[in-house]
Amino acid sequence: MSEDIYREMILDHYRNPRNKGKIEKPDIRINDSNPLCGDEISIDLKVENEIIKDIKFDGRGCAISQASASMLTEMVSNKPLTTIKDISKDDVLENIGLTNLGPARIKCALLSLKVLKLGMVKYYVDKNPSSAEEMKDQSKVF
Amino acid sequence: MQALLDVYKIRQDFPILTRTLNDGKRLVYLDNAATTQKPKEVIDSISRYYSEYNSNIHRAVYQIAEEATEEYENTREKIRKFINARYPEEIIFTRNTTESINLVAYSWGYSNIKRGNKIILTEYEHHSNIVPWQTLCHNKGAKVKYLEVDDDGYINLEDLQDLISKRDDGKTKMISLSEMSNVLGTIFPATEIIKMAHEKDIPVLLDGAQSVPHMKTDVQQTGCDFLAFSAHKMLGPTGVGVLYVRKEILEQMKPFILGGDMIKEVHKENTIFNDLPYRFEGGTPNIADVIGFSAAIDYLNRIGMDNVREHELEMTSYLLERIQGLKSIQVYGPKNAKDRGGLVSFNMDGIHPHDCATILNDFGVAIRSGHHCAQVLMEKLNIVASSRASLYIYNTKEEIDILIDALNHARRIFNT
Repeated sequence: MSEDIYREMILDHYRNPRNKGKIEKPDIRINDSNPLCGDEISIDLKVENEIIKDIKFDGRGCAISQASASMLTEMVSNKPLTTIKDISKDDVLENIGLTNLGPARIKCALLSLKVLKLGMVKYYVDKNPSSAEEMKDQSKVF
Repeated sequence: MQALLDVYKIRQDFPILTRTLNDGKRLVYLDNAATTQKPKEVIDSISRYYSEYNSNIHRAVYQIAEEATEEYENTREKIRKFINARYPEEIIFTRNTTESINLVAYSWGYSNIKRGNKIILTEYEHHSNIVPWQTLCHNKGAKVKYLEVDDDGYINLEDLQDLISKRDDGKTKMISLSEMSNVLGTIFPATEIIKMAHEKDIPVLLDGAQSVPHMKTDVQQTGCDFLAFSAHKMLGPTGVGVLYVRKEILEQMKPFILGGDMIKEVHKENTIFNDLPYRFEGGTPNIADVIGFSAAIDYLNRIGMDNVREHELEMTSYLLERIQGLKSIQVYGPKNAKDRGGLVSFNMDGIHPHDCATILNDFGVAIRSGHHCAQVLMEKLNIVASSRASLYIYNTKEEIDILIDALNHARRIFNT
Protein backbone atom coordinates (compact mmCIF):
# COMPACT_ATOMS: atom_id res chain seq x y z
CA MET A 1 0.00 0.00 0.00
CA SER A 2 1.21 3.46 -0.76
CA GLU A 3 0.73 4.55 2.85
CA ASP A 4 3.71 2.32 3.58
CA ILE A 5 5.75 4.13 0.95
CA TYR A 6 4.73 7.70 1.60
CA ARG A 7 5.42 7.69 5.32
CA GLU A 8 6.32 10.88 7.12
CA MET A 9 10.07 10.28 6.83
CA ILE A 10 9.96 10.13 3.03
CA LEU A 11 7.60 13.08 2.74
CA ASP A 12 9.75 15.08 5.17
CA HIS A 13 12.93 14.51 3.14
CA TYR A 14 10.99 15.24 -0.06
CA ARG A 15 9.65 18.54 1.24
CA ASN A 16 12.75 19.54 3.21
CA PRO A 17 15.67 17.91 1.46
CA ARG A 18 18.96 17.84 3.37
CA ASN A 19 22.17 18.91 1.64
CA LYS A 20 20.34 20.23 -1.39
CA GLY A 21 22.21 22.57 -3.72
CA LYS A 22 25.62 22.93 -5.30
CA ILE A 23 29.17 23.12 -3.99
CA GLU A 24 31.41 25.80 -5.39
CA LYS A 25 34.47 24.17 -6.99
CA PRO A 26 33.58 20.59 -6.08
CA ASP A 27 36.14 17.81 -6.38
CA ILE A 28 33.50 15.63 -7.94
CA ARG A 29 30.44 16.71 -9.93
CA ILE A 30 28.35 13.99 -11.48
CA ASN A 31 24.79 13.50 -12.68
CA ASP A 32 22.50 10.93 -14.21
CA SER A 33 18.83 10.53 -14.98
CA ASN A 34 16.20 7.87 -15.05
CA PRO A 35 14.98 8.02 -18.64
CA LEU A 36 11.65 6.30 -18.03
CA CYS A 37 10.26 8.72 -15.49
CA GLY A 38 12.54 11.69 -15.89
CA ASP A 39 14.09 11.71 -12.40
CA GLU A 40 17.34 13.69 -12.41
CA ILE A 41 20.04 13.73 -9.74
CA SER A 42 23.36 15.54 -9.69
CA ILE A 43 25.80 15.24 -6.80
CA ASP A 44 28.71 17.49 -5.80
CA LEU A 45 31.41 16.28 -3.41
CA LYS A 46 34.25 17.99 -1.61
CA VAL A 47 36.96 15.47 -0.74
CA GLU A 48 39.86 16.03 1.68
CA ASN A 49 42.32 13.27 2.50
CA GLU A 50 39.91 10.79 0.99
CA ILE A 51 37.17 11.92 3.38
CA ILE A 52 33.85 13.31 2.12
CA LYS A 53 34.00 16.76 3.68
CA ASP A 54 30.89 18.12 1.98
CA ILE A 55 28.18 16.66 -0.20
CA LYS A 56 25.27 18.34 -1.94
CA PHE A 57 22.69 16.99 -4.34
CA ASP A 58 20.44 18.70 -6.80
CA GLY A 59 17.70 17.36 -9.00
CA ARG A 60 14.07 16.94 -9.72
CA GLY A 61 11.77 13.99 -9.76
CA CYS A 62 9.45 11.89 -7.65
CA ALA A 63 9.32 11.82 -3.86
CA ILE A 64 11.15 8.50 -3.70
CA SER A 65 14.11 9.59 -5.82
CA GLN A 66 14.54 12.95 -4.08
CA ALA A 67 14.03 11.66 -0.52
CA SER A 68 16.40 8.78 -1.20
CA ALA A 69 19.08 11.20 -2.44
CA SER A 70 18.61 13.40 0.60
CA MET A 71 19.01 10.46 2.97
CA LEU A 72 22.00 9.11 1.07
CA THR A 73 23.88 12.37 1.47
CA GLU A 74 23.41 12.13 5.24
CA MET A 75 24.56 8.53 5.18
CA VAL A 76 27.97 9.25 3.61
CA SER A 77 28.75 12.72 4.92
CA ASN A 78 32.15 12.82 6.68
CA LYS A 79 32.83 9.19 5.80
CA PRO A 80 35.82 7.95 3.79
CA LEU A 81 35.18 8.12 0.04
CA THR A 82 35.82 4.39 -0.23
CA THR A 83 32.77 3.58 1.89
CA ILE A 84 30.70 4.33 -1.22
CA LYS A 85 32.12 1.16 -2.70
CA ASP A 86 30.55 -0.93 0.03
CA ILE A 87 27.07 0.57 0.02
CA SER A 88 24.70 -1.99 -1.48
CA LYS A 89 21.25 -1.39 -2.88
CA ASP A 90 19.78 -3.13 0.15
CA ASP A 91 21.62 -0.71 2.44
CA VAL A 92 19.92 2.18 0.70
CA LEU A 93 16.48 0.56 0.62
CA GLU A 94 16.71 -0.30 4.32
CA ASN A 95 17.95 3.16 5.17
CA ILE A 96 14.93 4.76 3.53
CA GLY A 97 12.62 2.07 4.85
CA LEU A 98 11.39 0.86 1.45
CA THR A 99 12.18 -2.80 1.02
CA ASN A 100 9.01 -3.70 -0.87
CA LEU A 101 9.30 -1.49 -3.94
CA GLY A 102 8.30 -2.96 -7.28
CA PRO A 103 10.73 -3.10 -10.19
CA ALA A 104 9.48 0.18 -11.69
CA ARG A 105 9.91 2.25 -8.56
CA ILE A 106 13.12 0.67 -7.26
CA LYS A 107 15.04 2.54 -9.95
CA CYS A 108 13.78 5.82 -8.48
CA ALA A 109 15.08 4.85 -5.04
CA LEU A 110 18.50 3.78 -6.32
CA LEU A 111 19.25 6.57 -8.80
CA SER A 112 21.21 8.62 -6.26
CA LEU A 113 23.34 5.62 -5.24
CA LYS A 114 24.10 5.01 -8.90
CA VAL A 115 25.18 8.63 -9.34
CA LEU A 116 27.30 8.55 -6.18
CA LYS A 117 29.10 5.40 -7.26
CA LEU A 118 29.71 6.87 -10.73
CA GLY A 119 31.20 9.94 -9.04
CA MET A 120 33.55 7.89 -6.93
CA VAL A 121 34.72 5.89 -9.94
CA LYS A 122 35.25 9.08 -11.94
CA TYR A 123 37.31 10.55 -9.08
CA TYR A 124 39.68 7.60 -8.94
CA VAL A 125 39.89 7.11 -12.70
CA ASP A 126 40.66 10.83 -13.24
CA LYS A 127 43.49 10.52 -10.69
CA ASN A 128 44.78 7.28 -12.08
CA PRO A 129 43.54 6.45 -15.59
CA SER A 130 45.16 3.02 -15.52
CA SER A 131 42.70 1.99 -12.80
CA ALA A 132 39.75 2.34 -15.21
CA GLU A 133 39.55 -1.36 -15.96
CA GLU A 134 39.70 -2.35 -12.32
CA MET A 135 37.14 0.31 -11.30
CA LYS A 136 34.59 -0.26 -14.02
CA ASP A 137 32.46 -2.69 -12.04
CA GLN A 138 32.44 -0.51 -8.95
CA SER A 139 29.67 1.74 -10.19
CA LYS A 140 27.16 -1.03 -10.73
CA VAL A 141 24.12 -0.80 -8.51
CA PHE A 142 21.86 -3.44 -10.03
CA MET B 1 -26.53 6.71 -17.42
CA GLN B 2 -24.72 5.25 -20.41
CA ALA B 3 -26.85 6.53 -23.21
CA LEU B 4 -24.92 5.67 -26.33
CA LEU B 5 -23.25 2.34 -25.85
CA ASP B 6 -24.36 -0.49 -23.67
CA VAL B 7 -21.09 -0.27 -21.79
CA TYR B 8 -22.02 -2.86 -19.21
CA LYS B 9 -22.73 -5.37 -21.93
CA ILE B 10 -19.50 -4.43 -23.73
CA ARG B 11 -17.55 -4.95 -20.50
CA GLN B 12 -18.66 -8.57 -20.38
CA ASP B 13 -16.78 -9.20 -23.63
CA PHE B 14 -13.46 -8.31 -22.00
CA PRO B 15 -12.19 -11.12 -19.74
CA ILE B 16 -9.54 -8.93 -18.09
CA LEU B 17 -12.16 -6.51 -16.75
CA THR B 18 -13.55 -9.21 -14.49
CA ARG B 19 -10.27 -9.94 -12.71
CA THR B 20 -9.44 -8.60 -9.28
CA LEU B 21 -6.12 -7.18 -8.17
CA ASN B 22 -3.93 -8.08 -5.18
CA ASP B 23 -6.20 -6.86 -2.42
CA GLY B 24 -9.47 -7.76 -4.08
CA LYS B 25 -9.90 -4.41 -5.82
CA ARG B 26 -11.34 -4.33 -9.31
CA LEU B 27 -9.22 -3.10 -12.19
CA VAL B 28 -9.98 0.44 -13.33
CA TYR B 29 -8.09 0.52 -16.59
CA LEU B 30 -7.41 4.07 -17.76
CA ASP B 31 -4.27 3.59 -19.84
CA ASN B 32 -5.94 3.00 -23.18
CA ALA B 33 -3.73 5.44 -25.06
CA ALA B 34 -0.86 3.05 -24.28
CA THR B 35 -2.74 -0.10 -25.23
CA THR B 36 -6.36 -1.23 -25.04
CA GLN B 37 -7.75 -4.44 -23.61
CA LYS B 38 -8.85 -7.25 -25.92
CA PRO B 39 -12.33 -8.73 -26.29
CA LYS B 40 -12.72 -12.48 -26.04
CA GLU B 41 -13.38 -12.88 -29.75
CA VAL B 42 -9.96 -11.38 -30.58
CA ILE B 43 -8.24 -13.73 -28.14
CA ASP B 44 -10.27 -16.66 -29.50
CA SER B 45 -9.50 -15.93 -33.13
CA ILE B 46 -5.75 -16.01 -32.42
CA SER B 47 -6.15 -19.26 -30.54
CA ARG B 48 -8.27 -20.69 -33.37
CA TYR B 49 -5.53 -19.93 -35.93
CA TYR B 50 -2.93 -21.78 -33.83
CA SER B 51 -5.17 -24.73 -33.03
CA GLU B 52 -6.92 -25.15 -36.37
CA TYR B 53 -4.99 -23.81 -39.36
CA ASN B 54 -1.52 -22.69 -38.26
CA SER B 55 0.64 -22.58 -41.40
CA ASN B 56 2.78 -20.15 -43.36
CA ILE B 57 0.96 -18.01 -45.86
CA HIS B 58 1.15 -17.15 -49.55
CA ARG B 59 3.03 -20.02 -51.21
CA ALA B 60 2.00 -23.38 -49.78
CA VAL B 61 -0.70 -25.17 -51.76
CA TYR B 62 -2.34 -27.30 -49.08
CA GLN B 63 -5.70 -26.57 -47.45
CA ILE B 64 -4.74 -25.06 -44.10
CA ALA B 65 -2.22 -22.71 -45.73
CA GLU B 66 -4.91 -21.55 -48.09
CA GLU B 67 -7.20 -20.94 -45.13
CA ALA B 68 -4.49 -18.94 -43.35
CA THR B 69 -3.70 -16.91 -46.47
CA GLU B 70 -7.35 -16.15 -46.96
CA GLU B 71 -7.81 -14.93 -43.38
CA TYR B 72 -4.65 -12.83 -43.57
CA GLU B 73 -5.65 -11.20 -46.85
CA ASN B 74 -9.25 -10.74 -45.71
CA THR B 75 -7.87 -8.62 -42.89
CA ARG B 76 -6.13 -6.40 -45.40
CA GLU B 77 -9.42 -5.89 -47.23
CA LYS B 78 -11.21 -5.22 -43.94
CA ILE B 79 -8.68 -2.52 -43.09
CA ARG B 80 -9.02 -1.01 -46.54
CA LYS B 81 -12.72 -0.62 -45.90
CA PHE B 82 -12.22 0.58 -42.34
CA ILE B 83 -10.09 3.54 -43.45
CA ASN B 84 -11.79 3.83 -46.85
CA ALA B 85 -8.66 3.33 -48.94
CA ARG B 86 -9.14 2.71 -52.64
CA TYR B 87 -7.08 -0.47 -53.02
CA PRO B 88 -6.12 -3.32 -50.66
CA GLU B 89 -2.53 -3.11 -51.93
CA GLU B 90 -2.29 0.31 -50.28
CA ILE B 91 -2.38 -1.48 -46.90
CA ILE B 92 0.98 -2.75 -45.59
CA PHE B 93 1.32 -4.76 -42.40
CA THR B 94 4.16 -3.77 -40.07
CA ARG B 95 4.89 -4.43 -36.41
CA ASN B 96 3.56 -1.12 -35.07
CA THR B 97 3.15 2.59 -35.81
CA THR B 98 6.84 3.18 -35.17
CA GLU B 99 7.85 0.67 -37.83
CA SER B 100 5.30 2.15 -40.24
CA ILE B 101 6.84 5.61 -39.90
CA ASN B 102 10.34 4.17 -40.16
CA LEU B 103 9.35 2.41 -43.37
CA VAL B 104 8.36 5.76 -44.89
CA ALA B 105 11.45 7.58 -43.59
CA TYR B 106 13.84 4.88 -44.83
CA SER B 107 12.16 4.06 -48.12
CA TRP B 108 10.45 7.24 -49.32
CA GLY B 109 12.69 9.54 -47.28
CA TYR B 110 16.04 8.23 -48.42
CA SER B 111 14.98 8.48 -52.07
CA ASN B 112 13.33 11.89 -51.90
CA ILE B 113 14.96 14.03 -49.21
CA LYS B 114 18.00 15.97 -50.39
CA ARG B 115 20.48 18.39 -48.82
CA GLY B 116 18.81 21.64 -47.85
CA ASN B 117 15.29 20.14 -47.78
CA LYS B 118 12.91 20.63 -44.87
CA ILE B 119 10.55 18.28 -43.06
CA ILE B 120 7.82 19.83 -40.94
CA LEU B 121 6.69 18.18 -37.70
CA THR B 122 4.93 19.61 -34.65
CA GLU B 123 6.15 20.09 -31.11
CA TYR B 124 3.64 17.56 -29.79
CA GLU B 125 4.89 14.58 -31.79
CA HIS B 126 5.60 11.21 -30.22
CA HIS B 127 9.28 10.22 -30.41
CA SER B 128 8.35 7.72 -33.12
CA ASN B 129 7.39 10.64 -35.36
CA ILE B 130 10.51 12.66 -34.55
CA VAL B 131 13.52 10.37 -34.37
CA PRO B 132 13.19 8.72 -37.84
CA TRP B 133 12.94 12.16 -39.50
CA GLN B 134 15.65 13.70 -37.36
CA THR B 135 18.02 10.87 -38.27
CA LEU B 136 17.09 11.07 -41.94
CA CYS B 137 17.76 14.81 -41.91
CA HIS B 138 21.11 14.38 -40.13
CA ASN B 139 22.17 11.90 -42.77
CA LYS B 140 20.96 13.99 -45.71
CA GLY B 141 21.89 17.48 -44.55
CA ALA B 142 18.20 18.40 -44.37
CA LYS B 143 16.35 20.18 -41.55
CA VAL B 144 13.43 19.38 -39.26
CA LYS B 145 11.10 22.30 -38.51
CA TYR B 146 8.52 22.25 -35.74
CA LEU B 147 5.08 23.83 -35.76
CA GLU B 148 4.54 25.43 -32.37
CA VAL B 149 1.79 24.38 -30.04
CA ASP B 150 0.15 27.12 -27.94
CA ASP B 151 -0.75 27.11 -24.24
CA ASP B 152 -4.18 25.63 -24.88
CA GLY B 153 -2.81 22.79 -26.98
CA TYR B 154 -3.60 24.06 -30.46
CA ILE B 155 -1.46 24.77 -33.51
CA ASN B 156 -1.92 27.82 -35.70
CA LEU B 157 -2.52 27.05 -39.37
CA GLU B 158 -1.08 30.45 -40.30
CA ASP B 159 2.27 29.28 -38.89
CA LEU B 160 2.15 26.36 -41.29
CA GLN B 161 1.17 28.64 -44.16
CA ASP B 162 4.15 30.86 -43.29
CA LEU B 163 6.53 27.92 -43.19
CA ILE B 164 5.55 26.56 -46.60
CA SER B 165 4.78 29.83 -48.42
CA LYS B 166 8.05 31.67 -47.99
CA ARG B 167 9.56 32.80 -51.23
CA ASP B 168 12.59 30.60 -50.66
CA ASP B 169 10.45 27.56 -50.03
CA GLY B 170 9.86 24.64 -52.28
CA LYS B 171 12.31 23.12 -49.81
CA THR B 172 9.63 21.53 -47.64
CA LYS B 173 9.30 17.95 -48.85
CA MET B 174 7.22 16.31 -46.14
CA ILE B 175 4.81 17.20 -43.37
CA SER B 176 4.38 14.51 -40.74
CA LEU B 177 2.08 14.95 -37.77
CA SER B 178 -0.14 13.10 -35.34
CA GLU B 179 -3.83 13.50 -35.97
CA MET B 180 -4.36 13.35 -32.20
CA SER B 181 -1.78 14.22 -29.55
CA ASN B 182 -1.06 11.40 -27.09
CA VAL B 183 -0.43 13.96 -24.32
CA LEU B 184 -2.66 16.96 -25.00
CA GLY B 185 -5.47 14.94 -26.51
CA THR B 186 -5.95 17.64 -29.14
CA ILE B 187 -7.49 16.50 -32.42
CA PHE B 188 -5.79 18.49 -35.15
CA PRO B 189 -7.42 19.70 -38.38
CA ALA B 190 -5.85 17.11 -40.66
CA THR B 191 -8.03 17.84 -43.68
CA GLU B 192 -7.16 21.56 -43.74
CA ILE B 193 -3.47 20.87 -43.17
CA ILE B 194 -3.38 18.34 -46.01
CA LYS B 195 -5.21 20.72 -48.32
CA MET B 196 -2.66 23.45 -47.62
CA ALA B 197 0.22 21.04 -48.11
CA HIS B 198 -1.11 19.63 -51.36
CA GLU B 199 -1.42 23.12 -52.83
CA LYS B 200 2.37 23.17 -52.56
CA ASP B 201 2.72 19.53 -53.66
CA ILE B 202 3.97 18.49 -50.23
CA PRO B 203 2.99 14.97 -49.14
CA VAL B 204 1.57 14.46 -45.63
CA LEU B 205 1.99 11.56 -43.23
CA LEU B 206 -0.62 11.22 -40.51
CA ASP B 207 0.36 9.39 -37.35
CA GLY B 208 -3.00 7.84 -36.55
CA ALA B 209 -1.90 5.83 -33.51
CA GLN B 210 -4.26 7.81 -31.28
CA SER B 211 -6.91 8.92 -33.77
CA VAL B 212 -7.74 5.81 -35.83
CA PRO B 213 -8.87 3.78 -32.76
CA HIS B 214 -11.21 6.51 -31.55
CA MET B 215 -12.96 8.09 -34.52
CA LYS B 216 -13.99 7.45 -38.09
CA THR B 217 -11.08 7.45 -40.52
CA ASP B 218 -11.41 8.18 -44.22
CA VAL B 219 -8.12 8.52 -46.07
CA GLN B 220 -9.84 9.65 -49.26
CA GLN B 221 -11.66 12.40 -47.45
CA THR B 222 -8.63 13.70 -45.52
CA GLY B 223 -6.45 13.06 -48.57
CA CYS B 224 -3.43 11.95 -46.53
CA ASP B 225 -0.59 10.33 -48.47
CA PHE B 226 0.57 8.12 -45.61
CA LEU B 227 -1.27 6.89 -42.52
CA ALA B 228 0.34 4.88 -39.71
CA PHE B 229 -1.45 3.14 -36.84
CA SER B 230 -1.30 0.13 -34.50
CA ALA B 231 -3.72 -2.73 -33.88
CA HIS B 232 -3.08 -2.96 -30.15
CA LYS B 233 -4.51 0.48 -29.45
CA MET B 234 -7.84 -0.57 -31.00
CA LEU B 235 -8.72 -3.88 -29.32
CA GLY B 236 -6.27 -5.86 -31.47
CA PRO B 237 -3.12 -7.74 -30.49
CA THR B 238 0.34 -6.26 -30.08
CA GLY B 239 2.83 -6.75 -32.89
CA VAL B 240 0.66 -5.55 -35.77
CA GLY B 241 0.92 -2.11 -37.29
CA VAL B 242 -0.52 -0.72 -40.49
CA LEU B 243 0.92 1.63 -43.04
CA TYR B 244 -1.39 3.05 -45.67
CA VAL B 245 0.33 4.67 -48.64
CA ARG B 246 -1.50 6.24 -51.57
CA LYS B 247 -0.90 3.95 -54.52
CA GLU B 248 0.72 6.52 -56.81
CA ILE B 249 3.39 7.08 -54.17
CA LEU B 250 3.71 3.46 -53.10
CA GLU B 251 4.46 2.40 -56.67
CA GLN B 252 7.55 4.61 -56.65
CA MET B 253 8.84 3.46 -53.26
CA LYS B 254 11.75 1.07 -52.83
CA PRO B 255 11.41 -1.93 -50.47
CA PHE B 256 12.56 -1.46 -46.89
CA ILE B 257 12.96 -4.97 -45.38
CA LEU B 258 14.58 -7.28 -47.87
CA GLY B 259 14.35 -11.08 -47.99
CA GLY B 260 11.69 -13.76 -48.11
CA ASP B 261 8.16 -13.27 -49.45
CA MET B 262 8.90 -9.82 -50.87
CA ILE B 263 10.52 -11.17 -54.04
CA LYS B 264 9.41 -12.54 -57.37
CA GLU B 265 12.74 -13.90 -58.61
CA VAL B 266 16.18 -14.02 -57.06
CA HIS B 267 19.34 -14.70 -59.07
CA LYS B 268 23.00 -14.56 -58.11
CA GLU B 269 23.38 -10.99 -59.33
CA ASN B 270 19.91 -9.48 -59.18
CA THR B 271 16.43 -9.70 -57.69
CA ILE B 272 13.00 -8.87 -59.04
CA PHE B 273 10.74 -7.64 -56.28
CA ASN B 274 7.22 -8.85 -55.65
CA ASP B 275 4.08 -6.87 -56.48
CA LEU B 276 2.42 -4.40 -54.13
CA PRO B 277 1.93 -4.66 -51.22
CA TYR B 278 4.03 -7.82 -50.71
CA ARG B 279 7.32 -6.20 -51.60
CA PHE B 280 6.97 -4.21 -48.37
CA GLU B 281 6.29 -7.25 -46.19
CA GLY B 282 9.64 -9.09 -46.10
CA GLY B 283 9.78 -12.31 -44.09
CA THR B 284 7.01 -14.31 -42.46
CA PRO B 285 4.61 -11.74 -41.04
CA ASN B 286 2.77 -11.86 -37.73
CA ILE B 287 0.01 -14.04 -39.20
CA ALA B 288 -1.80 -14.92 -35.98
CA ASP B 289 -2.05 -11.36 -34.75
CA VAL B 290 -3.09 -9.95 -38.12
CA ILE B 291 -5.94 -12.47 -38.00
CA GLY B 292 -6.66 -11.37 -34.43
CA PHE B 293 -6.79 -7.78 -35.64
CA SER B 294 -9.50 -8.81 -38.09
CA ALA B 295 -11.74 -9.79 -35.15
CA ALA B 296 -11.00 -6.44 -33.48
CA ILE B 297 -12.13 -4.55 -36.59
CA ASP B 298 -15.32 -6.62 -36.73
CA TYR B 299 -15.97 -5.71 -33.10
CA LEU B 300 -15.44 -1.98 -33.71
CA ASN B 301 -17.55 -2.07 -36.87
CA ARG B 302 -20.41 -3.64 -34.95
CA ILE B 303 -20.32 -0.82 -32.40
CA GLY B 304 -19.74 1.81 -35.07
CA MET B 305 -16.91 4.33 -34.93
CA ASP B 306 -19.31 7.25 -34.62
CA ASN B 307 -20.69 5.67 -31.46
CA VAL B 308 -17.18 5.07 -30.14
CA ARG B 309 -16.47 8.76 -30.60
CA GLU B 310 -19.78 9.84 -29.04
CA HIS B 311 -19.23 7.66 -25.99
CA GLU B 312 -15.73 9.00 -25.50
CA LEU B 313 -16.91 12.55 -25.90
CA GLU B 314 -19.43 12.02 -23.12
CA MET B 315 -16.84 10.36 -20.87
CA THR B 316 -14.16 12.95 -21.64
CA SER B 317 -16.52 15.83 -20.86
CA TYR B 318 -17.31 14.20 -17.52
CA LEU B 319 -13.62 13.51 -16.78
CA LEU B 320 -12.62 17.07 -17.69
CA GLU B 321 -15.36 18.54 -15.55
CA ARG B 322 -14.54 16.40 -12.53
CA ILE B 323 -10.76 16.73 -12.76
CA GLN B 324 -10.89 20.50 -13.17
CA GLY B 325 -12.93 20.63 -9.99
CA LEU B 326 -9.96 19.30 -8.01
CA LYS B 327 -7.74 21.61 -6.00
CA SER B 328 -4.16 22.35 -7.08
CA ILE B 329 -4.36 20.61 -10.45
CA GLN B 330 -3.00 21.62 -13.82
CA VAL B 331 -4.77 20.11 -16.85
CA TYR B 332 -3.04 20.21 -20.24
CA GLY B 333 -4.61 20.60 -23.66
CA PRO B 334 -7.93 22.03 -24.90
CA LYS B 335 -10.59 22.92 -22.34
CA ASN B 336 -13.32 21.98 -24.80
CA ALA B 337 -13.92 18.20 -24.90
CA LYS B 338 -15.05 18.43 -28.53
CA ASP B 339 -11.51 19.31 -29.60
CA ARG B 340 -10.10 16.30 -27.78
CA GLY B 341 -9.82 12.58 -27.97
CA GLY B 342 -10.53 10.49 -24.90
CA LEU B 343 -7.53 11.35 -22.79
CA VAL B 344 -6.59 13.93 -20.18
CA SER B 345 -3.07 14.74 -18.96
CA PHE B 346 -2.53 16.58 -15.72
CA ASN B 347 -0.20 17.38 -12.84
CA MET B 348 -1.01 17.96 -9.19
CA ASP B 349 1.04 20.60 -7.39
CA GLY B 350 3.84 19.05 -5.35
CA ILE B 351 3.11 15.49 -6.43
CA HIS B 352 5.32 13.90 -9.06
CA PRO B 353 3.31 11.86 -11.60
CA HIS B 354 5.09 8.67 -10.55
CA ASP B 355 4.06 9.15 -6.95
CA CYS B 356 0.56 9.93 -8.15
CA ALA B 357 0.39 6.73 -10.22
CA THR B 358 1.73 4.67 -7.32
CA ILE B 359 -1.00 5.95 -5.01
CA LEU B 360 -3.69 5.43 -7.67
CA ASN B 361 -2.55 1.84 -8.02
CA ASP B 362 -3.84 1.23 -4.48
CA PHE B 363 -7.30 2.00 -5.81
CA GLY B 364 -6.85 -0.40 -8.72
CA VAL B 365 -6.58 2.58 -11.04
CA ALA B 366 -4.12 2.11 -13.91
CA ILE B 367 -2.95 5.40 -15.41
CA ARG B 368 0.23 6.37 -17.20
CA SER B 369 2.85 8.67 -15.74
CA GLY B 370 6.01 9.93 -17.38
CA HIS B 371 6.98 11.87 -20.47
CA HIS B 372 4.74 9.77 -22.76
CA CYS B 373 7.54 9.59 -25.37
CA ALA B 374 6.99 13.27 -26.06
CA GLN B 375 9.98 15.00 -24.51
CA VAL B 376 9.96 17.85 -27.03
CA LEU B 377 6.45 18.71 -25.81
CA MET B 378 7.47 18.24 -22.15
CA GLU B 379 10.22 20.82 -22.69
CA LYS B 380 7.72 23.17 -24.25
CA LEU B 381 5.31 22.72 -21.33
CA ASN B 382 8.30 23.11 -19.00
CA ILE B 383 7.56 19.90 -17.12
CA VAL B 384 9.46 16.62 -16.86
CA ALA B 385 6.41 14.41 -16.77
CA SER B 386 2.66 14.29 -16.43
CA SER B 387 -0.06 11.84 -15.44
CA ARG B 388 -2.48 10.72 -18.11
CA ALA B 389 -5.86 9.03 -17.90
CA SER B 390 -7.12 7.68 -21.22
CA LEU B 391 -10.49 6.14 -22.03
CA TYR B 392 -12.09 3.63 -24.34
CA ILE B 393 -15.42 1.99 -25.10
CA TYR B 394 -15.61 0.02 -21.83
CA ASN B 395 -14.93 2.89 -19.41
CA THR B 396 -17.74 4.23 -17.23
CA LYS B 397 -18.46 7.33 -15.17
CA GLU B 398 -18.18 5.21 -12.02
CA GLU B 399 -14.57 4.49 -12.96
CA ILE B 400 -13.91 8.19 -13.41
CA ASP B 401 -15.38 8.76 -9.93
CA ILE B 402 -12.94 6.19 -8.51
CA LEU B 403 -10.08 8.04 -10.24
CA ILE B 404 -11.18 11.34 -8.71
CA ASP B 405 -11.45 9.80 -5.21
CA ALA B 406 -7.96 8.36 -5.63
CA LEU B 407 -6.55 11.73 -6.72
CA ASN B 408 -8.08 13.35 -3.67
CA HIS B 409 -6.46 10.68 -1.54
CA ALA B 410 -3.07 11.47 -3.15
CA ARG B 411 -3.59 15.11 -2.28
CA ARG B 412 -4.26 14.20 1.33
CA ILE B 413 -1.12 12.06 1.58
CA PHE B 414 1.03 14.83 0.15
CA ASN B 415 -0.93 17.42 2.06
CA THR B 416 -1.31 19.80 -0.88
